[in-house]
Amino acid sequence: MKWLTVFISGLLFALGLGIAGMTQPEKIINFLDISGGHWDPSMLFVMGGAVGVNMMLYRLIIRRRHPVFEAAFTMPRRRLISRRLVTGAGLFGAGWGLAGYCPGPGLVASFSGSLAALSFVIAMLVGMQLYQLLQSLHQDDDVDADNADTAPRN
Amino acid sequence: MTDFDPITSLLGGVLIGLAVATLFLFNGRILGVSNITAEALSLRSSDRGWRLLFLAGLGLGGVLIHLSNPTLIGDSPRALPGLIIAGLLVGYGSALGRGCTSGHGICGISRLSLRSIVATAVFMSTGMLTVFVVNHMIGG
Repeated sequence: MKWLTVFISGLLFALGLGIAGMTQPEKIINFLDISGGHWDPSMLFVMGGAVGVNMMLYRLIIRRRHPVFEAAFTMPRRRLISRRLVTGAGLFGAGWGLAGYCPGPGLVASFSGSLAALSFVIAMLVGMQLYQLLQSLHQDDDVDADNADTAPRN
Repeated sequence: MTDFDPITSLLGGVLIGLAVATLFLFNGRILGVSNITAEALSLRSSDRGWRLLFLAGLGLGGVLIHLSNPTLIGDSPRALPGLIIAGLLVGYGSALGRGCTSGHGICGISRLSLRSIVATAVFMSTGMLTVFVVNHMIGG
């Protein structure tokens, strides 16, 4: 059963992205293009719907001692506004604005047979591997602290 | 020149929110696509099963969209070199910044995480700046 809910979550997420129009990179680019004269506010409504629903449900769910199928909630533990966070988000945003894909919509569109999305996703996977490679070369960079980024909540 | 429909945008957003809540309620996990993808394909990771299954669900969703309404899937206007640069930036940046539009933008903001609010403000800003430069200074 616990596998089923993971699968359903992925499926719902993909369908939500598709219905919301987020698998159309032009809509993302037009949302980010605030000076272009054809601004598309769709993403504000998508984010509003997703955050609104989740903000309510999160508060209800977190009252439970543990998730339905696991012993503990796995939560991000980091609190620091680090240079890595800001640099990473900055680079991420530049790539997002360039192609109009972020990881979720890129994956969904590539599964839908878009070659443009597939090219993006392959490069994205290379980028992720590149990070891990550089990370393992810098052992002094406190790799353990990174791996402890998420941990069961006490 | 894309169509703007607040109702379907909101409806899609609600579905996304329900997907996030489902994974959290039943499995206690944060739905961050970049982290799930990176860990699912990492040889270092010990907990790949659920992540691969999530990606399989995402994949089935992509196939179902393709079969039911392929117009919902669009291609990026950028040529191959742009797509590759963008992919590298998104992959490397989300790994370094520990999250993307879903993990920081939806999950983190819903939890009122300061890190995620800062990350979202930063990637929205650099996204807007990039589109401005590419569309209006270089000329697409």
